[in-house]
Amino acid sequence: MLSYTIRRVGQLIPVLLGMVFIVFMMIRAIPGNPAQLILGQQASKQAIEELTKQLGLTEPWYTQFVEYMKGLFQGDLGMSLKTRNPISDELWPHLAATIELAFVAMIIAVIIGVNAGIISAWLQNSWFDYGVMLIALIGISMPIFWFGLMEQYFVSIQLDLLPTTGREDVRAPIEAITNLYLLDTLIQGNFSQFIEVVKHLILPGIALGTIPMAIIARMTRSSMLEVMKSDYIRTARAKGLKMPLVVYKHSLKNAMIPVVTVIGLQAGLLLGGAILTETIFGWPGIGTYIYDAISSRDYPVIQSGILVIATLFVFINLIVDLLYAAIDPRIKY
Amino acid sequence: MSSPVLNVHRLKTAFATDDGEVTVVNDIDFHVNAGEVLGIVGESGCGKSVTSLSVMGLLPANGKVHGDIVFKGENLARASDQKMRSIRGNEIAMIFQEPMTSLNPVFTIGSQLIEALKIHKKMSKKQAQQLAIAKLKEVGLPRAEELMKDFPHQLSGGMRQRVMIAMAMMCSPQLLIADEPTTALDVTIQAQILELMTKLNSETDTAIMMITHDLGVVAEMCQRVVVMYAGKIVEEADVVSLFKNPKHPYTVGLIRSVPDMRGKKERLYSIPGNVPKPGSIQTGCQFAPRCEHAMERCFQETPELTSLAEAQKVRCWLYVESKGEGAVDRTIS
Ligand SMILES: Nc1ncnc2c1ncn2[C@@H]1O[C@H](COP(=O)(O)OP(=O)(O)OP(=O)(O)O)[C@@H](O)[C@H]1O
Ligand code: SF4
Ligand SMILES: [Mg+2]
Repeated sequence: MLSYTIRRVGQLIPVLLGMVFIVFMMIRAIPGNPAQLILGQQASKQAIEELTKQLGLTEPWYTQFVEYMKGLFQGDLGMSLKTRNPISDELWPHLAATIELAFVAMIIAVIIGVNAGIISAWLQNSWFDYGVMLIALIGISMPIFWFGLMEQYFVSIQLDLLPTTGREDVRAPIEAITNLYLLDTLIQGNFSQFIEVVKHLILPGIALGTIPMAIIARMTRSSMLEVMKSDYIRTARAKGLKMPLVVYKHSLKNAMIPVVTVIGLQAGLLLGGAILTETIFGWPGIGTYIYDAISSRDYPVIQSGILVIATLFVFINLIVDLLYAAIDPRIKY
Repeated sequence: MSSPVLNVHRLKTAFATDDGEVTVVNDIDFHVNAGEVLGIVGESGCGKSVTSLSVMGLLPANGKVHGDIVFKGENLARASDQKMRSIRGNEIAMIFQEPMTSLNPVFTIGSQLIEALKIHKKMSKKQAQQLAIAKLKEVGLPRAEELMKDFPHQLSGGMRQRVMIAMAMMCSPQLLIADEPTTALDVTIQAQILELMTKLNSETDTAIMMITHDLGVVAEMCQRVVVMYAGKIVEEADVVSLFKNPKHPYTVGLIRSVPDMRGKKERLYSIPGNVPKPGSIQTGCQFAPRCEHAMERCFQETPELTSLAEAQKVRCWLYVESKGEGAVDRTIS
């Protein structure tokens, strides 16, 4: 397992390099002068030349790439054209906000989705099963923006239970350490602020988690049904094991093999696809950050945002592969 | 004569299907004496596996059992789930046809072996492991200690079937149901497995219900034989009488279709026609369409299982006096 892990991590290096290269070339592939494009038609010649220089576009592309890689190794993602701040300083708080939200959404999706799928399969063709499958179907087809607005309208406005937007109570701002507020408030031992953070996470977490939850529930159910028909489940029952043990031990571990892939895929999609939820709930996440950058044609920021999300995707894939190997002893190391 | 450990009386098993209720096992009576090996033979689809799953209480959800299955004074056909669980894997154990898929791929051999001991005998993990190692040695597996930590995919088919046998013998059951345990194995391994089962049967007081379509297996292992055709028992006899003096035309056909059974080198005989599909049961003798001896009566009236001399029973009009109820003995070929 250890050598497999090391080898699998080693395989990441070319993948990451290739990814950086593609992202790097993307901005150069824009026809015409990017500086012109960024500044617009009315820009003065001098301004364009200045920006061209600042972007390093006067150098040959391989020199630029080497410079870019050097920067990356030092954690330097370049400068935002709009704010003139180092991107690395701006990006992390947004990324942390998205990671925290996606994490909560995935926790909700996995816990509820997997369990609903298991019980549905166990009680196949029962009312519980029909109910779960109907809710899952609705969950998959429901537009997030509509669902998010409904949540805000009923839970926040009508019932006044939870806040509508933001990450924290603006009257008592959180002192950021890691920018993962759940962690920060715990480190600071500030329990009331922790509760406040949790409250802010619930509605967007549910909005973002619903589709993955529905997909995971359906996948778990069909995988469980497949496994429960198998010979080794009959063997387990022939031993006199109780159904809960047959279901949660003998079936679940096998059934999780395909489900893990789906969970990984959904987690990746959440990171990139949180923008709708972030917009509705005023969440200062990476989606909002990139969206703003696109609006103001802040190319270095767009480039860095894409790079960071793609990197996370690759790492989620790595985790999925490692989980696979941990669950299934047949995987050749 | 020893007393029966299992007594099946008027067992009828039906499945609810899309085409209505299909009776697969129709009114069968048989018993297994303590310590003996009973063979159940018949062509594919005649209901052998369904009979064994009925005894184990492991029928799929659409199956239903009528009649009595009396095991040590307890009617299993009407026993509670909890009672069935306490018997399964403890007093009645089962091994299956497919050793390749009957073990759970994601758990070690050891953990699968000790499960039954932990639940039925309330043994500690350590004790159970020691006993499991002893059983593995008993079924002729080398390096038993290491095998405990192996996963099923690391073993050959023959080894896996030995593991299945060890697993079934863990709690020293009074009855072992073996559903075609050698069909999926190649010939030399088949012989070894049969030898092993014969040895276990003589060394312990475990009775074996040996399900097979192979008369060679019957000749090698069994003391008594039940012949099934289309969900009914057509003949019951001790093994010597069955081979020396088969009564039912179906039994005669089965014996004639065994290669080299009589040393003659003629073209291999096969019974003409096919097994009727369950649900397409016609009136009269089910075998009539394929029987060389069929008479008019055979298509109209269903023969009963009739006792001939020496505990041989047969279900055929040839052995019933045309007017009275008495049985006539004769020899057919
Ligand atoms: N769940 C089920 N629903 C409907 N019919 C079934 C079901 N299980 C088995 N049957 C039918 O019962 C009949 C007997 O099946 P069974 O498996 O007992 O045959 P068998 O004698 O064991 O044959 P084989 O030698 O092939 O194992 C088959 O025709 C099968 O189609
Ligand atoms: S009852 Fe008739 S058809 Fe059936 S086996 Fe006997 S002779 Fe053949
Ligand atoms: Mg069978």
